[in-house]
Amino acid sequence: MNKIGDPGAAGRPISADQAMARVNASLRKRYGAERRFRVYGIASVTVGLAFLALMMISIVGKGYSAFQQTYVDLDIYFDPEVIDPDGLRDQESLMRANYNTLIKDSLLFLFPEASGRRDRRALGALISNSAAFDLQDMVITDPLLIGQTRRVSVLASADADMLNKGKISRTVPESERRVSDQQIAWLETLRDRGRFEKRFNTSFFTHGDSRDPELSGIWGATKGSFYMLLITLALSFPVGIGAAIYLEEFAPKNPVTDFIEININNLAAVPSIVFGLLGLGVFLNFFSMPRSAPMVGGLVLTLMTLPTIIISARASLKSVPPSIREAALGMGASQMQSTFHHVLPLAMPGMLTGTIIGMARALGETAPLLMIGMVAFIVDIPQGLFDPSTALPVQIYLWADAPERAFVERTSAAIMVLLGFLVLMNLSAIILRKRYERRW
Amino acid sequence: MGTCPKQTGAGLTSSTLLLLLVAITVTGFFLGRRRAVALAGAGGGIRSLHSLPGHYGLFAAIWAGIPAVLMIFLWQSLESSVVTDLVIRDLPAEIRSLPDARVGLFMNDVKNLVAGNIISDELTPEIRQAADHLERLTLLSGWARTILAAALAGLGLVLAWRLIRPELRARNRVESVVKGFLIACSTIAIFTTVGIVFSVLFESARFFKSVPITEFLFGLEWSPQIAIRADQVGSSGAFGAVPLFAGTMLIALIAMLVAAPIGLMTAVYLAEYAPRQFRSVAKPLLEILAGIPTVVYGFFAALVVAPEIRGLGESLGLSVASESALAAGLVMGIMIIPFVSSLSDDVINAVPQAMRDGALALGATKSETVKQVVFPAALPGIVGGLLLAVSRAIGETMIVVMAAGLAANLTANPLEAVTTVTVQIVTLLVGDQEFDSPKTLAAFALGLILFVFTLALNAIALRVVKKYREQYE
Amino acid sequence: MEANPMTQDIRPEITPEPPAPREAASAAMSEARSAEVPDTTFGVIEHPDPIINCRDVNVFYGDKQAVFDVNLDIGRHQVISMIGPSGCGKSTFLRCLNRMNDTIDIARVTGTIELDGQNIYDPKIDVVPLRARVGMVFQKPNPFPKSIYDNVAYGPRIHGLAKDKVELDEIVRTSLERAGLLGEVKDRLDQPGTGLSGGQQQRLCIARAIAVSPDVILMDEPCSALDPIATAKIEDLIDELRENYTICIVTHSMQQAARVSQRTAYFHLGYLVEVGETDKIFTNPTHKLTEDYITGRFG
Repeated sequence: MNKIGDPGAAGRPISADQAMARVNASLRKRYGAERRFRVYGIASVTVGLAFLALMMISIVGKGYSAFQQTYVDLDIYFDPEVIDPDGLRDQESLMRANYNTLIKDSLLFLFPEASGRRDRRALGALISNSAAFDLQDMVITDPLLIGQTRRVSVLASADADMLNKGKISRTVPESERRVSDQQIAWLETLRDRGRFEKRFNTSFFTHGDSRDPELSGIWGATKGSFYMLLITLALSFPVGIGAAIYLEEFAPKNPVTDFIEININNLAAVPSIVFGLLGLGVFLNFFSMPRSAPMVGGLVLTLMTLPTIIISARASLKSVPPSIREAALGMGASQMQSTFHHVLPLAMPGMLTGTIIGMARALGETAPLLMIGMVAFIVDIPQGLFDPSTALPVQIYLWADAPERAFVERTSAAIMVLLGFLVLMNLSAIILRKRYERRW
Repeated sequence: MGTCPKQTGAGLTSSTLLLLLVAITVTGFFLGRRRAVALAGAGGGIRSLHSLPGHYGLFAAIWAGIPAVLMIFLWQSLESSVVTDLVIRDLPAEIRSLPDARVGLFMNDVKNLVAGNIISDELTPEIRQAADHLERLTLLSGWARTILAAALAGLGLVLAWRLIRPELRARNRVESVVKGFLIACSTIAIFTTVGIVFSVLFESARFFKSVPITEFLFGLEWSPQIAIRADQVGSSGAFGAVPLFAGTMLIALIAMLVAAPIGLMTAVYLAEYAPRQFRSVAKPLLEILAGIPTVVYGFFAALVVAPEIRGLGESLGLSVASESALAAGLVMGIMIIPFVSSLSDDVINAVPQAMRDGALALGATKSETVKQVVFPAALPGIVGGLLLAVSRAIGETMIVVMAAGLAANLTANPLEAVTTVTVQIVTLLVGDQEFDSPKTLAAFALGLILFVFTLALNAIALRVVKKYREQYE
Repeated sequence: MEANPMTQDIRPEITPEPPAPREAASAAMSEARSAEVPDTTFGVIEHPDPIINCRDVNVFYGDKQAVFDVNLDIGRHQVISMIGPSGCGKSTFLRCLNRMNDTIDIARVTGTIELDGQNIYDPKIDVVPLRARVGMVFQKPNPFPKSIYDNVAYGPRIHGLAKDKVELDEIVRTSLERAGLLGEVKDRLDQPGTGLSGGQQQRLCIARAIAVSPDVILMDEPCSALDPIATAKIEDLIDELRENYTICIVTHSMQQAARVSQRTAYFHLGYLVEVGETDKIFTNPTHKLTEDYITGRFG
C-alpha cells in the first residue's frame, strides 16, 4: 500500500486500492444511517396520517349517532277535562291548555308506581319539552281528537336519547350522572315494550340553536355562515382580482407599489384574531354597525381572505405567457383591452380555484367572529344580512363548551357537516384546476 | 329586521334605491350608445367615432351610476352618527349634562324604542320625545337620500349626454375609470393595515394611560378580573402580561418541537424517497390536515388528547392539569405539520438538482446528500419557513381557547395549565363587556403586542425566504 | 434482446416494454436519416486493455428510447471522447457508466456494463462504492455552497478515506494540486467555493472528484459553460490526468475532442455510429454520418 500523498501512488491523493478498501469499510455504518434516516421519514409521514385518521375516526364515531333521534310511542288520551274543560273548542283555550299533563298522564298510566312529585317530575324529564307543542299543533289542526286516545310518537329528551344510544354508562355512580337508576329502569321498560323508535334527525338540519340538545340544530348557523360567505365572495372576488390585475399588469415599479405588496404579504400572515379586533374597533365601535350581524362577519372575513385571493390571482396572471399580451397589443388593442379580453379569461380558472380555497378558509374561521359578537346564543334563524346570527364553526365552539353529554355528539355531527362543506369546496377547486389547467 | 328598514327610515330602502340606480345606469348605457350611433350616422358612420359605440354607452352609464352610488355609501356611513348627534343636541339640558356613558345608554333606549324593542329603563316623556325626534329625522334623511341619489343619477346622465361627441375619447375615459377602480382595489391592503393599526393602537393608548406600559410588559401578575370598576385600576387590578407571553411561548415551543422535525422529515421523505404512487396519495391527505378548521382541532384537543395525556401522565405517577400546555401544544404542532412540510418542500425543491448530482456522483448516499448538501443549501429557506410557522403558532386562537387554561400561570412545566395572549383576548372581549374599562382595553393592548410581534416575525421570515429564492434564480 | 441472458431490468417497478425495433425507433426521426444509421457500429469497439465493457446498452425514458444497443470498450488510462449532435444520447450513455441515471425516476437501462469484469447493473452492486470508483464532472460547475476545503474534503469524509485531519489535509492539498487549482486558492481554502470564477469552480469540481481517488472520471461537457482561457486550462488538466485516470468526456466541440482524446465515439440519434482512434475518425471517417458531422454538414 502506498503512503498518502506519496508520489508512488501514481499521482493520486491515495491509491485506488486503498481508497476502495476504506470505502468498503465505511459502508456498513453509512447504510445504517441511511436506513435510520428513511425510517424517520416514514415515521413522520405516519404520525401525520395517523393523527388525521384518529381525528376523523373519533369525530365520526362520536357524531354519526346525532343523525338519528329517539322518539317514544305514547298512548295519549286527549282528555277534554285537561284541554278544554269549558267545552268552548275555541282557538284560545286550545292554545292555553297544558298539554304536558297529557304526556305525564300517559306515562303515569304506563308506570303507575311513580306517584310522588319527584317521581312524576323524573318521569316527565324523559320526554322533550317540545312534545307538548307537537300535541298542541295536533289538536289545533284537528280538534276532533279531543276525547280520543291515539298512539303518538313524541320526541324523547336528550337524556333518554343518550341512554337509548348507549352513551350513558351505568357503571358510573348514580350521583354522577344525569339519569337516575329509576329513570333508567323506566326507559328500559319502554324499550322492552318496543316503544322506542330511532328516526332520522331532521330537526338537526332545520332548527336553530337551543338549550335543549334534542331540539338544537345547525340551520341557523349554516344560514349565518352562508350569508357571511355571500358577502365575502361578493366583495373579495372582484376586489381581489382587481387588485391582482392592477399589481400584475398596470402598476409601475415604485415605492407605493412595493409598499402595497409588502402589506399584502404581511396581511396574509397576520393572525386571524387580529382581524377580529379590527372588526370590533372599526366596524362595531367606529361605524357603529350591529353586533352579531353576518354583514360585519362577512366584511371581516373579506379583509382576512383578500390577501390570499390576491396572491393566488397574481400567480395565475403571472402564468399567462407575455406572448399573449404582445399579440393583443400588436393588434392595436389598448392595455386594458388586452388584459380584459385575453389575459383575464386565461387566468380565470386559476383565480377561481384560489377564490374557492380562500372561501373554504373563511368558512372554517372562528376566532375573528368571536370578537364581533357572533358567539351569542341565538335561537332564531337569521333572515337577512343584519339579523343577529352565528356561524357553523362558532356553533361548534359553543356546543363544544356546553356541559350536556348530548351536545358532544351534536358538536361532532356539526363538524362532520362543516368538513363536508369544506370537502365539497376543495373538490370543486381541484376539479376546476384539473379541467382547465393549461401548461404553456 | 330584513335589511334594516327601520334604520333607513322612509324614502326607499337601500336595496330598492340601489335597484333604481342600476336601472338608471343600464338606461344610461343604451342611451349613450344610441346617441353615439346617431351622431356618427350624421357624419360618416361608426368609423367616424373615436371609440366603439359601447364605450360611449359605458361612459354615460358611469356618469349616471357612480356619483350616485358613492353618495349613498357616504350618506349611509354618516347618517346614524349625524342623526344621533342632532337628537342629542336637542335633548333637555339635564340629560345632556350627564356623563357620556349615561347619554349613550339613554340614546340606546331611544333607539330601541324606535325599533320597537324592549327598553331597559322605564318609559319617560324625555325618551318618548327624543324617540319621536329621532324618527322624524330618520324619515327626513331617508327621503333626502332618495331624492338626492335620483337627482345625481339624472344629472350625470344629462351631463354625459351632452358630452358625447364623435371625437370624445370615450374608451380612454372609461378605461381610466376602470383603472381607478383597480387602483382602489389594490390600496385596500394598505387601508386594512391602517385599520388594524388604528384600532389596536388607539385603544391600547387609552389602556396605557391607566396601566403603565412597563407594568404591562414586565409585570409578573395577570388578573384582570379583579379590576371591575375603572377607579379600582392600578391599585388592585394586575395587568402584568409576562405570564401570558411565557404561556404563549411555551405552547408555541411545544408545537414547534412537534411540527419542525416531523414537517421537515415529511417533506424530505415525500420529495426524495417516497415512491410516486405513495406520494400522490400521502401528499393530498396531509394537506387535508391544513384545511381542517382550527375549531375542530380545538374540539379534538379538549375532548380526546387532553384526557389521554392526563390519563397517561397519571399512570406514570405525574400530576397533569386537564388543560395542560402539552395537549394544546401537541395538537397545534400537528396542525402546523403540513404548513412546515409544504414550505420545506418548496425550498428543498428549489435546491438545484446539480447540487444533488454533485454529491451523488461522489458516491454519497441519499441521506448524506440530504443532510450534508441539501439541508445546508436550503437552510435559510427552512429557517424562514419555521419562523412563519412560529408566528402562526403564536397567533393561533381556537386550539388554545378550547384546550389551554384561562388562569395566568408563570411556569415552564408543560404538564401544567398556562394561558396565552390569544386566549386572554378572547376571554376579555367575549361576553358582557364593560365598555372602556381597562379590562376591555387590555385586550387591544394584547392585540397590539400580538400584531407587532407576528409582523416582525413575518417580515424577517419573508425577507429570508426571498433572499434564499433569489440565490437560486 | 430478450434472448440475451445478460439483459436485465434494473428498475423492476416499471414494467419493461419490448424495445422498439430499430426501424421504428422514433417517428420523429426522418426515415432517410434512420435508414442511414448502420446496423452495427463502424470501427473498432474493442480495446486491448479495457476498464469498461459495454454490451447491448439500451436506455429508456418512460416510453421513449434514448440509447440503442451500444457496444463499446473503454481503455484504461485513456481519454475517450463522445461526440455527436444534440440529443444523440451521448450524455445519457455517459450517465449510465456510474448509474447516475438511477436518480431519474423514469429512466431504465438494459444490457451490461462491466467495470473490470463486473457488471455494474448487477442487483448486488452497490452504487455508493461504484460512484466512488467512477467519478463525474458536470456540464455546469456545481460546487456545494461550502468552503473550498469542505468541497474537496466532502468525498473523503463521507467515504472515511482519511484517518485523521492530517491525512484529510493532505488529500485536499494533493487533489487541488492535481486539479491545478492549489496555487490560486491555497490562501483562501475557507472561503465559499461558489465565490470562484467559472473555470476555477469547474477545476474545483474536478479536484472534488479526484479526492475520492476514482479509476474513471466522467466529464459531461465540462467546458461548455466556460470561456476559452478557462477551457484551455481544463483541457491541459485532462491531458495530465490521463496518466492516472481513465477519462470519458462528452463534448460538443470537435476541436476539443481532437485535442484531448485518444479515441472518439460518434453518436447519432441514440446509436453509436462509429468509434475509433481519434486521428482516424477526424481524418478518415468510415461512415457517411460521421463524415457529415465532422465536416460540419450538420450538428
